[in-house]
Amino acid sequence: MGLGSDMYRQQILDHYKNPRNYGELEDPDFTHVGENPSCGDTIRMQVALDDAGETIDAVRFTGDGCAISMASASMLSERLHGMSVEELDELDTDDVTEMLGVDISPMRVKCAVLGRQVAQDGSKIHRGELDPDDRTKTEE
Amino acid sequence: MGVQEQYPFDVEAVRADFPILDRKVGGDPETPGEGPGDDTPLVYLDNAATSHTPDAVVDTIADYYRGYNANVHRGIHQLSQEASVAYEEAHDTVADFVGASGREEIVFTKNTTEAMNLVAYAWGLEELGPGDNVVLTQMEHHSSLVTWQQIGKRTGADVRFIEVTDEGRLDMEHAAECIDDDTQMVSVVHVSNTLGTVNPIPEIAAMAHDHDAYVFADGAQSVPTRPVDVKDLGVDFLAFSGHKMCGPTGIGALYGREEILDEMQPYLYGGDMIRRVSFEDSTWEDLPWKFEAGTPSIAQGIAFAAAIEYLEEIGMENVQAHEDLLAEYAYDRLTDLGGVEIYGPPGHDRGGLVAFNVEGVHAHDLSSILNDYGVAIRAGDHCTQPLHDEMGVAASARASFYLYNTVEEIDALVEAVGEARDLFA
Repeated sequence: MGLGSDMYRQQILDHYKNPRNYGELEDPDFTHVGENPSCGDTIRMQVALDDAGETIDAVRFTGDGCAISMASASMLSERLHGMSVEELDELDTDDVTEMLGVDISPMRVKCAVLGRQVAQDGSKIHRGELDPDDRTKTEE
Repeated sequence: MGVQEQYPFDVEAVRADFPILDRKVGGDPETPGEGPGDDTPLVYLDNAATSHTPDAVVDTIADYYRGYNANVHRGIHQLSQEASVAYEEAHDTVADFVGASGREEIVFTKNTTEAMNLVAYAWGLEELGPGDNVVLTQMEHHSSLVTWQQIGKRTGADVRFIEVTDEGRLDMEHAAECIDDDTQMVSVVHVSNTLGTVNPIPEIAAMAHDHDAYVFADGAQSVPTRPVDVKDLGVDFLAFSGHKMCGPTGIGALYGREEILDEMQPYLYGGDMIRRVSFEDSTWEDLPWKFEAGTPSIAQGIAFAAAIEYLEEIGMENVQAHEDLLAEYAYDRLTDLGGVEIYGPPGHDRGGLVAFNVEGVHAHDLSSILNDYGVAIRAGDHCTQPLHDEMGVAASARASFYLYNTVEEIDALVEAVGEARDLFA
């Protein structure tokens, strides 16, 4: 047996233990919170846009959850910087697993995609395309 | 060594009855057995979720479909007679197993949850109203908690929860406060699927009966793992599931005292549960068939009885002794490991399961890593979300044992937990 799961390569553990862009923005354009109730994973994403409102200028997140969800949010926060809101909309599950660089077991995909879902839903609410009462959940 | 010498029966001989225990894991779930790392022996410690099925029970199912598959209570032909007799006698076997008076007191259901719902709908919706209360505990499984909570909302009855002490036991003083003359039902989990606590059902039943309330014991974790007798417990209802006790999924049982079941109206209507039907009205079949509408799970019901016969061969006292041995060993070893928080009463005083968290490691991460070591445990809220809220954690890991588990398998668990802890340190 090797050391631990393939899912827990150094990069994942590093982002879990030292999350990037962890904290709060002073003047975010939007803030959104989402959760996976059965895991207890909760992520809050804050995004600041450029003056045109088209490109992501800054991202901060806070949260509580498993290594996969937290590392994924941390890596996403780096990836989002400089991305257009359209590009954010188009991020799919494959993009997230590619970013993580490991195979995510089927039962854990919902952990991996929580951060992306929170960012996308936050952006849609900001544009008035989603009811803010709809809380983000990546499980049924 | 030493602990193995205390096994109350030949565990290796029992393991030989369960071929699944020989399989290897660790490969790609999409193509089991083909991926890398698929040479890890399975260490199955998720028995509180579902147990494995011995050859004798699998054979019973196959024998039914190969030999006498027919609908029950329908035909005069030989196959239907054979199937009907076997299916009815399965009720007798279940009745004997829990000390019920006879098949009239045993209704086959899909599982424990359906048995709960049967009573909640057939009795609760009829009998409960504003001013009444139903008393549960904080350690109820969602199967009872959600059911009575929702029946409470529909009927206006109050739902109360007996508190759990820091050691994971029921606060009996609080129980005495909760149960009063307006209490109609006290529904208590016998062995907690999260804390491993063995609740004092006879004491609670006496308190409930003093106030003319019924008592419903959730036996999902107790009936598979220890001798359970409804008369010794003093309960009016008991529910349990076949798949947690060497039987197949899709079959469970409700025990109900005959005079109560007699008074209750059916929960499901349809075929098999009626005696005489006209366009205007219908009358009901005798117990227990009144509560078994439609074609039942025939093979599963017969196999349920085969599972009970398998367990009785080993002896439920022995099953309990083995569970106690493993629970205490696991509790001690996980405690010695350090950085592990275990929930519930001490190792020598609990059912055969241990729920815990490792400092700095989320339960889902722990379970994923353990999976790579071939160790199958449960991670999550174990269908006790409000209890986890009380414990102050979102999720926990749970190792649960059964008659085929060994001390060596617990060693494998503890080693893998140690590796996970170090990985995240």
